[in-house]
Amino acid sequence: MTDVDLKGKRPLSPHLQIYRPMLTMTMSIVHRITGAALYFGTVLLAYWLIALASGPEAFDTAQAIFGSWIGRLVLFGYTWALLNHMLGGFRHFIWDFGLGFGEQEREWLARLTLGGGLILTALVWIIAYSVL
Amino acid sequence: MTMKTHMKSVRGLGSAHSGTHHFWMQRVTATANVFLSIAFIIILIKAAGSDYEAAKALVASPLVAIAMILFVVSGIYHMHLGMQVIIEDYVHTENFKIPLVMGNKFFSIVIGLSCIYAVLTLSFGG
Ligand code: HEM
Ligand code: HEM
Repeated sequence: MTDVDLKGKRPLSPHLQIYRPMLTMTMSIVHRITGAALYFGTVLLAYWLIALASGPEAFDTAQAIFGSWIGRLVLFGYTWALLNHMLGGFRHFIWDFGLGFGEQEREWLARLTLGGGLILTALVWIIAYSVL
Repeated sequence: MTMKTHMKSVRGLGSAHSGTHHFWMQRVTATANVFLSIAFIIILIKAAGSDYEAAKALVASPLVAIAMILFVVSGIYHMHLGMQVIIEDYVHTENFKIPLVMGNKFFSIVIGLSCIYAVLTLSFGG
């Protein structure tokens, strides 16, 4: 036992590149990425609220920024991040109950998260534009 | 002096030193976020087309202000826990981990309190 090289010969777990990309792993990392995006995006909410509390001039500037095409694009992205993350959260809730780990179920949950997020985002923006 | 064995005092606490409390609060706030995010989206759709006076009146109205503050409290607590998990997953040296975990707390508190301050200012007729 004494001559075993414990450090050098330890089995390594395969690195991420070894695995064939799959929808389930993609949606897993997307949940984390959207969570982080939502995190930094709260700056925008704080800015908008502070502008509104500061007065008409500051508010008009904020509205102009958010209303520009790039502002709208960011808000569109934020809507998607929020809704996709929400559905990803539902997936976690299902797993927390010990359900949804089967081969078919995993795959379907990932598809529903992806599809549902896109559909809900489109719906929100269709409603928003029809209200404007 | 305590009669507890060392094992008894660490069992169930894990690497975060606080057991499953964070995990559980992440779930509690996530559940609240579902309802509050939907309310938040509806409020923002209403506010999007508004001019200054209308947006101000909207955010200042009691139910909207309460929904906004609840969303901010639950959302910020949730995102703070979530970001700590991300940091702990990827940063393994204390020299970096401690400042990042601390920075996460500062960021969350600054953003959270700014939002709440702004909403209250509007509500109380700023
Ligand atoms: C491209 C491939 C992968 C991606 C994008 C990925 C991503 C993630 C993410 C974002 C989490 C934390 C959030 C969550 O629970 O959803 C996670 C958790 C985890 N991953 Fe992966 N992962 C990948 C591959 C793997 C592989 C190959 C293994 C094991 C050999 C693995 C083992 C784990 C375990 C055990 C956890 C749970 C940790 C915990 O909850 O304490 N992952 N993964
Ligand atoms: C809309 C309702 C929401 C639901 C249902 C939800 C659900 C969840 C759940 C279940 C987790 C834990 C994932 C895990 O254990 O790995 C999580 C992680 C996270 N959430 Fe949310 N969340 C919501 C909204 C938000 C919002 C509004 C933000 C930010 C402002 C946010 C930021 C995060 C972050 C940063 C993480 C950590 C990601 C990770 O560990 O991979 N979430 N969310």
